[in-house]
This record gives sequence, C-alpha cells and structure tokens, in this order.
Amino acid sequence: MRIGVFVCQCGTNIASTVDTERVAQEVKKLPDVVYTTTYMYTCSEPGQQEIQRAIEEHNLQGVVVAACSPRMHEPTFRRAVEKAGLNRYMFEMANIREHVSWVSNDREANTKKAIELVRMAVAKLRFNQPLFPSRVAINKRVMVIGGGVAGIQAALDCADAGLDVVLVERRTSIGGKMAQLDKTFPTIDCSSCILGPKMVDVAQKENITLHAYSEIESVSGYVGNFAVRVRKKATYVDWKACTGCGVCMEKCPSRKVPDEFNEGLSFTRAINIPFPQAIPKKATINRSYCIYFTKGKCGICAKVCPAKAIRYDMTDEVVTEEVGAIIVATGYDLFDPSAYGEYGAGQYRDVITGIQYERILSASGPFGGHIKRPSDGREPKDVVFIACVGSRDASVGRPYCSGVCCMYIAKQAILTKDHIPNSRSYVFYMDIRSPAKNYDEFVRRAQEEYGVQYIRGRVGKIYPRGDRLVVQGMDTLLGIQVEVEADLVVLATGIEASRGARELAEKLHISYDQYGFFMENHPKLRPVETNTAGIYLAGVCQGPKDIPASVAQGSAAAAKVLALFARDTIETSPQVASVTERACIACGKCIEVCPYGAIRWKELKGGVRKAEVITTVCQGCGLCNATCPPKAIQLQHATDNQILAEIEELCA
Amino acid sequence: MKDNFSRTVAYYPGCSVEGTAKEFDESTREIFRVLNVALREIPDWNCCGSTPSHIYDPLLSAAISGRNLAIAERMGFYEVMTPCPGCLKALKGSIEVFNNPLKRKDLLNILDMPFYGRIKAVSVVQFLVEDVGIEEIERCVLFPLEGITIVPYYGCLLTRPPKSAQFDDPEQPTSLDRILEAIGATVPHFPFKTECCGATYGVVRKDIVGRLTGRILEMALDLGADAIAVACPLCQQNLDLRQEQIERYRGRSFKISVPYITQLIGLSFGIDPKKLGWHRLAADPQKLLTRFDKLSKKRPTEPPTIR
Repeated sequence: MRIGVFVCQCGTNIASTVDTERVAQEVKKLPDVVYTTTYMYTCSEPGQQEIQRAIEEHNLQGVVVAACSPRMHEPTFRRAVEKAGLNRYMFEMANIREHVSWVSNDREANTKKAIELVRMAVAKLRFNQPLFPSRVAINKRVMVIGGGVAGIQAALDCADAGLDVVLVERRTSIGGKMAQLDKTFPTIDCSSCILGPKMVDVAQKENITLHAYSEIESVSGYVGNFAVRVRKKATYVDWKACTGCGVCMEKCPSRKVPDEFNEGLSFTRAINIPFPQAIPKKATINRSYCIYFTKGKCGICAKVCPAKAIRYDMTDEVVTEEVGAIIVATGYDLFDPSAYGEYGAGQYRDVITGIQYERILSASGPFGGHIKRPSDGREPKDVVFIACVGSRDASVGRPYCSGVCCMYIAKQAILTKDHIPNSRSYVFYMDIRSPAKNYDEFVRRAQEEYGVQYIRGRVGKIYPRGDRLVVQGMDTLLGIQVEVEADLVVLATGIEASRGARELAEKLHISYDQYGFFMENHPKLRPVETNTAGIYLAGVCQGPKDIPASVAQGSAAAAKVLALFARDTIETSPQVASVTERACIACGKCIEVCPYGAIRWKELKGGVRKAEVITTVCQGCGLCNATCPPKAIQLQHATDNQILAEIEELCA
Repeated sequence: MKDNFSRTVAYYPGCSVEGTAKEFDESTREIFRVLNVALREIPDWNCCGSTPSHIYDPLLSAAISGRNLAIAERMGFYEVMTPCPGCLKALKGSIEVFNNPLKRKDLLNILDMPFYGRIKAVSVVQFLVEDVGIEEIERCVLFPLEGITIVPYYGCLLTRPPKSAQFDDPEQPTSLDRILEAIGATVPHFPFKTECCGATYGVVRKDIVGRLTGRILEMALDLGADAIAVACPLCQQNLDLRQEQIERYRGRSFKISVPYITQLIGLSFGIDPKKLGWHRLAADPQKLLTRFDKLSKKRPTEPPTIR
C-alpha cells in the first residue's frame, strides 16, 4: 500500500509543543509510507487541496492525517480523500492535539507520543478496506418532546411545512412555564395572550398528534427510523368524551389539593383542568387526593359528568410512535431556595419565589391579579427582590448564570409599581445582566421611571420583625450594611435542569452536562444538534435562555428536521458488525449482548442457524465483536486485525 | 484502661475552659458522666494557637494543633471532642493541612512525631447529637425544663464554614434546638441563631460588639426568652460577661441568663447547679433557677440554689 502522512501544525496549537517536522521525518521511515509533509492548517481549503494533489502525484492508496480529534474533522478529511478518488474509509486520523499537544508542555515526550500515534494509525490503515454505505428510507414524521414554548414553536413550524408531528407533554396541558407567567419582558406583553393562540394552533392542526400527560418510556432505532414508546398516564377521564365543561371540578368535594399551576399558593380540586386556557382542555383526576381512590367511595364526578367521561378503571397505556427525527424541548425546573437557610424560604410565608410572584401578579392567579401577601392577604407596600438565588453560586452547586432573573425582577418591580402606585421596590443584585435587544433600556426604566431601588450586594439574613420581614444585606457600593423592612420578599430563583432530564437523556442516548442540561453537538456551530444523529434540542433543556431564544431554537430545530427530511433516504454508516458465516458457531452470545437488538437468527439451507446483523439497526458499538468466541462477528473499520496491528505497532 | 463507661472519647479542653469558660468544662464533664461516656483528657495538651497562629501562618497553626491530635492518636483514639468551636476549627485545620499532599510533608517535619491524620475532631454539641443521640439525652432527663423558654444561639463557627464544619445546616441549624426540646424547654424560632456576636472585637471595638451582641440579646428578649443557650466560650463571654456593658451601650436592661447548653442539660439531669458552674455566670441566673425549681414538679433532693 502507498501511504501518505500529513502532520498538521494547527497554527501553534500543535506545533508549539510537538516537533511536527520530526514527526513527519520519523514516520517517513515506516514501510509503505511514501510521502510525508507538515502543514499549517491541514483542514483549510489549500490544506485539503494539498492532500488531493499528493494523492494524485504519489499515487497514494491511503492517507493518515495527524491533527485534531476525529470528532472534529474526520468527516472533512474523508470528503477530501473521496474527492481525490479514494474510498473514504482508506483514511485514518491520529489525534495529536487533544491527546498530545494540549495535554502536556513536554516537547520531547509529546513528539515521541505523536510519532507513536501516527505509527499506530499507519499500522491500522494497512488493514483498511474500502467500505460503502447503504441507504434506508426516512420516516418523515417528527416527535417533539415537551410542550413549552420551544416545543410548541418547533411543532408548529414542522406542521406548517406539512410534516406529521407527534407532541409529547408530561403535564396535563401544554404551555410550559410560559403559560404560568403574567407578563413578558421587555415589552410587558401578556404572556398567555401571546402563547394562547399558539397553543390553540397546536390543538387545531390536523397533522399534530398531541399526547398530553405522557412520558417517554423508551427509544429505539436510529436517525430516520426511531420507534418511541410513549406512556400515556391514566387520567381516569375519557378525553375523547370529556368536553372540558368543568362541572366535575365544581362539584368535586376534595378541595384541599395544592394547585401546581399556581405554585402551591391556592387549592384546586382532585379532578381538575389545570387552567382556563389549557390545551387540551380536559379534566384529570389526581389519584392521591381523590376521595374515590383514597377512601373507596364518592363518585360524584362520575354522577355529574354530562358526557359520562369518568373512567375510574383506566390504566396507563403505552403507544409506539414511529418517527424519523426527535426534537427534545423539555424545558427546566426552578431552584429550590430552601438551600439558602438564611433567606428562610419555607419558614416565612411572605418569602416567595419569582414564579410564585408571577402567579400572584396574574389575573388568573390565586388572588385574581391583586398583589397580596400569602400570610395575611394584606397588600404589600415594600417589596424586596433578591437576585441570584441558585445562580452564580458554586456553594450551592449552581455556578452558572440563569440569564433571565435580572430581567424578570425588573419586570416584576415595574408591575408592582403599576399595581400599587405607592409601593416601594428594592432589588439586591450582584451584577445586572441584560444583554439583548431593549433589555438594558428596560432595566433603566425600572430604575429611573419606576424608582426601583437597586442595591448592589448580597443578602445575609432575613428575619421577622412584627408581621414584616427585615432583609439584612450589604451595599457593596457604599461599603455599608443595610437593612430593609419589607412586607414581601421575592427570591429570584434560578433555572436548573428539568427533573428527569438525565433519565430521558439516557433513553435517547444523548449527552448531558454536569448540571443535567443536554449537550449540543458544538456550542457555537451546531447549537441545536446533539451527538446522536436525528435528535435535536430546543429551549432551556440545552441551557438557560429566555423566551425569544427558546422560540428561535424551536424554529432552528424544526429547520434542521426539515433539512434532514428534504431527502427521501439516508446513508447509514458501514462501520457496523458483520458475520463471517463460515466461522459462526451459532452460540447466540452476540444476540444476547446486542443492546440495540440488531442481530437475529438466519436459517440457512438444511436448518443451519447463523447470526445475521441488521445493518440499519446496528450502531457499531462492538460488544458482539468482543463477545464472539470464534471472532466470527467483526466490527467493520475496527476489526480485530486492525486493532491488533495498532497494539503491535505500539509495542514494537 | 478498664472502666464501667460504655465508651471513651479523647477530650481536648482548650485554654478558655480553664479560664473564663470553666463552667463549660465542669458541666461537660458532669453530663457525660450521666451519659456514660468517659472523657479521656489528652495528656500534656497545648494551646490550639487560636486566631494569632493561623493568621500568622496556617502551617504553624496546623502544627500546634497537630501535636494534640498526634498524642490522641497515640492513645488509640479515632475521635477527639472539644467544647470550644475555636479549638475545633484549629484541630480541623490541622487535619485539612495533613490531607493536602503539598503541605503534609512540611507539617510532619515540624511535628517530628508520628501522625496519621486518621483522627476526627468534633464539638461537644456534634458528639451529643451524632454519637450520644437526642433519644439518649431525653432518656436521662429527670427534671424537664418545662415552661422555660430558651433560644439556642450557635454563633458563627459551630456549623461554619460548612466545608470544614460538616455538621448541621450552616444557616438554619437545629441541633441545639433539638437538644433543648429534648430536655423539655420551650424553643421559639430564633432568627439570629447564627448571627455573629462580634467575637474578639470586644477588646478593640466595643461599638461593634455592642451593636452585634446587642441585637442578639434584644431579639432573645423580644421572643420572651428566659435564657440563651450557647456552645462557644467567646459567644458566651460577649453575651454574658459584657451584658452590662451592652446594656449601657443600648440603653436597655437585659438581665438574661446565658448558660452553656451543657449546663442546661445538666440541670435537666438533676445535677447540682453548683457542680455545673451556674454560679460562675455573670448575668445572675438565680431567677431562672428559681423558676426551674418552682416549675419542676418532682424536685431534686436539694433545691437548686447557688452563691
């Protein structure tokens, strides 16, 4: 084989701690290597042309590029060698950046290691075979997981383009956190007035199937052909019959059910429709509060329901949806402020969270839009807002900025003044983060037009004085301690990953970061793609962001799905397992270990059984390869011979 | 050593309990006798170095305290208990230095004696809650402090900094609350339970301690407390010994008793107040003791009187 080796300097990224010239010279001495060179940026257009020129000039049959991680540029170089007429699998990459030059400053050791890695790549390349992808049809249905504003946007954009959409929502209504908000910054738009029509659109689009009160059970398959099992949790109400009239809710005698939609500030009934604009507008029985389920008798809802929709014997139902792509838009949860003992959240009833205040401000909220204290219903005169509760604080495991709190505090302070003109608002903050269109102007308005007192510093203690609360903090600009007497304290609780995010990520085979936010493929250039082909992200499940950014990502994810679905078939990687039937002893171990169910029995003439790989299902993990006693099953492009060649070269 | 105690723990008294906080030591020893725990005082123990040593050089502080730990280890102990949160912090600081691979060698060089860093340092309060257990304390109560309102004051150091204290909630601790409830006292929610008393600023900036300790005393009075339970010699000194000073500073009379938690436990165990050092308190506790005497249905053989 005639092999060419291209050692990349990556500017100074590699060249500063690896002697790339020496690497090139050393590997030139290897058998089969007929051409070596170094290049400043091998991935650049001229760098790629250099490879193509060398392939022609030196009749190269295989190419090794020693550069960055194959995760970064393997596809780039595979395309480059393909253009020059080589099979794309006659290419190997040696990672001398992430694995060498970025790791150590020891130039001598780095250079030695780089040479070893290139020798291994050359050794493997000698055993490479041209491989050819196969094509499978794409199922042009898309699933959106999560019915908040990001998921709604993604679902509507896909549906507008004519796709069949399956929208799965964990709660009994779509709308997500945005449905709970009163107004939105910086325009003070009524949140439910701008979200409501979109929610109605979801209900009315014929090509959107909505599974509310449902969760993802399992996901199998691969890009273009996923099969998702969805658990539709028992609502104990036949939603096909339920008209959403609300009579059941009115008559239900179990009246002390904490209202989740109102963040526990009011009570709802055991059978309820979460809020007036709910989509779908259907009733659900909360089993743990229902008298029929807890005490065995009642049945009033069944008696009063004009549609006869109550079904006490309903059970969970699992449906399988087949889709070609999945958009994950599972949103977020809010930080539990009880981690800050000094604020007394949970201890003092008038210390509330930002989302609770949002419900208090809302006309459909617990107090009908009148600002009242939860403790005694009195109208507050002094309201203190505390920023960064569970944001930018490593001591509670939340070193990141939630990105929305500065803005929602400013909004809530403005709204407080609108509701109660003679009130005073105070904001304790660390820094004001308002970097978007019209955001900083909005904060300035809160300060200048609405007279909100901004105090730069953290709060150390909240304690009661009479029926009021004393907020004791630091004014770091004046360098003094300050005490503010307040009637109501609002903690700007930060954003954290949605509960269950990690479990869902594992079902989807996508990665998540240490805080439970889903990982994008590239933080700048592939923000809505995951590392798993065909699965896309939108909204806060990927990281804290506000409504405009979530909506933009919803549309971006939809655009990615449309681009994927623009083709009728999709190439599948040939890096899959394959069986040498002569060697197969039909022990079935590979079938047992395969996590994807990609291996099945095949009956030959005379009833002889052999293992067979379903190439479109195989993900190329190699478990079967490692398990097979006679090594009859081999992972293409990572065969035993190739790996042994690498090890032998390393040990030589 | 053979004895009848159910367990034995190494005991590091520290300097303050030989001086201003003698009653903390006395009452600690008394109640542990009832709780069936033997305190084995570290022989030839030295001062923990306190604030000056660790401000001057943390390694110096680690070595000074390390010697006490090394002796306790040599005696075969895995746990050393100390009444003083300041000493506790120094002892823990020494173990932290030992666990730092960059500093361990220096520490061992200075110590010049075997030290394996296996030993754990705990406060008396932590030992009471985690090793003895609230139920065990409750079991030994003969005269519950019923009808007496006591607020618990933890101070800064007992639960903080959380990383080194590793005990209770740093901002809303409940261990003293639970002990006080176990011995029958009425325990209102005390918002200033972890507010700073001003510590050693009592010497150089009386105004600071006047303000900080003053507001703690005022909050306790406003909550109707008969006593403030403490677990730190320095806090006790500021709240008790300086109470008259602070009364002048704030222009308000407090006259509130500030006993150590161990003194209160001892009272409930029926131990003679004199043995518990109640007579050493600066703010006269006689009112409290008389009240306790009156409220106790079954009184101890001798009515609790002092002085």
